Amino acid sequence: MSSGAHHQEDNSLAGKVRHNTQVHAQRCYQCGKCSAGCPLSADMDYPPSMILRMLQTGDPVLEDKILRSYTIWVCLSCEMCIQRCPMEVDIPVMMDYLRQESNRQKKVNPKAKNIVSFHKSFLDSIKYTGRLSEILLVVDYKLRSWKLMQDVILMPSMISRGKLHFIPERIKGVKSISKIFSKVSKEEKK
Amino acid sequence: MKVGIYPGCSLTGSARDYNESVFALAKAFDIELEQIPDWNCCGATAAHNMNKELSLALPARILANAEKHGLTDIVVPCAACYSRLVVTQHELHHDPELKNRINEVIGLEYKGTTNIMNVIQFVDKFIVDKLESKVVKKFNYNVACYYGCLMVRPAKILKYDRAENPQTMDEVMRKIGANALDWNYKVECCGAGLSISKTDMVAKLSGKIIEDATYHGAEAIIVACPMCHSNLDMRRKDINSFWKTKFNIPVIYLTQAIGLAVGLTEKEVGFKRHFVKVDLKSA
Repeated sequence: MSSGAHHQEDNSLAGKVRHNTQVHAQRCYQCGKCSAGCPLSADMDYPPSMILRMLQTGDPVLEDKILRSYTIWVCLSCEMCIQRCPMEVDIPVMMDYLRQESNRQKKVNPKAKNIVSFHKSFLDSIKYTGRLSEILLVVDYKLRSWKLMQDVILMPSMISRGKLHFIPERIKGVKSISKIFSKVSKEEKK
Repeated sequence: MKVGIYPGCSLTGSARDYNESVFALAKAFDIELEQIPDWNCCGATAAHNMNKELSLALPARILANAEKHGLTDIVVPCAACYSRLVVTQHELHHDPELKNRINEVIGLEYKGTTNIMNVIQFVDKFIVDKLESKVVKKFNYNVACYYGCLMVRPAKILKYDRAENPQTMDEVMRKIGANALDWNYKVECCGAGLSISKTDMVAKLSGKIIEDATYHGAEAIIVACPMCHSNLDMRRKDINSFWKTKFNIPVIYLTQAIGLAVGLTEKEVGFKRHFVKVDLKSA
């Protein structure tokens, strides 16, 4: 094989992961430590080591399954997997990329819609005030997810303990924050 | 002595107790904490899950502001904020091109010169030497020091404590008279940011942590992260109904425990804001 083949553009999902994050899925030799240590692997559709194996195959059907998986959204970014990986495959960084790709391609798993709504509500609050306002977050999330009654029971006790502010704090440089939101790239690296 | 502080959003709301105890403790040791002017949210999990550049730009703006105001040492009591700030500093240090790009996005010059400390490092650097001589009431309880995820992982980037059986918080607790126990869930995850979107998962994970601490005879769980605290304390009803248990072990911030030991009152350290009553029998 000519050495040119090595430089050919790798359009597989593993290739994109590597290009965008420098995480090399092929390094995984399936020891399974990530899945053993992952606090939520039992709740995932594919445990982390399986995601890596699916990436290694380069099969577009499996790649599609990864982007539609529940796994990538339920991952807590707790960093246990990378801490224990003997090959130092940075799974959390890879998961960040897979989530962003899943969202871009509109392949978010239906079971994960609430998690994505929560992230979007969280970012809305930062965009408009510069900080996370817990009250804005909760209201925005309820409207996005239609979980109107969730946690209402917690509110009176949060208020009596001085833990919930009704008036969001807005930082002085809020304009510079909205500028950051408009400037950041929404596309993947070409 | 003046030290910079990045409180982060939860310390202004659901973790007010943590904030109060950090400031009260600093005051007791004649340390003036100065907030980074006009600080913004670090972006937390939401930003790095949804947009990589955003997850670097938000912390970079915070750090650039700290640099601009000459705050060379900053303490970041929230473990999640601490992680985002340290990871950003690490990534931008190793990728000058990315650093230029982020500087362009934030419209400020971020250099990367700030010394970022978590609350245990802050205690180690500014308080520990004077600690034992200032203890007026030993905190002599059996405690489970709970580190969670982001204060110790990934160890390669944080370069702080060991990842599997960290000891720094245990050592500080021993200095104020506590019996820091060996237990199994020191660095397991509480469920973190899924508290609202997947409450049942948080109840499952946090319940296991509380069960193991209780099993090993702990009278209190000591934490240094507002997310761990809200999941273990504010979510206790969800935990107890998920596991059909009645755990009532209190969850106490490291700074609250030290504060009590050096003579601060329960009110000053914010116990009244907890959901699980702190009822420590006097030693």
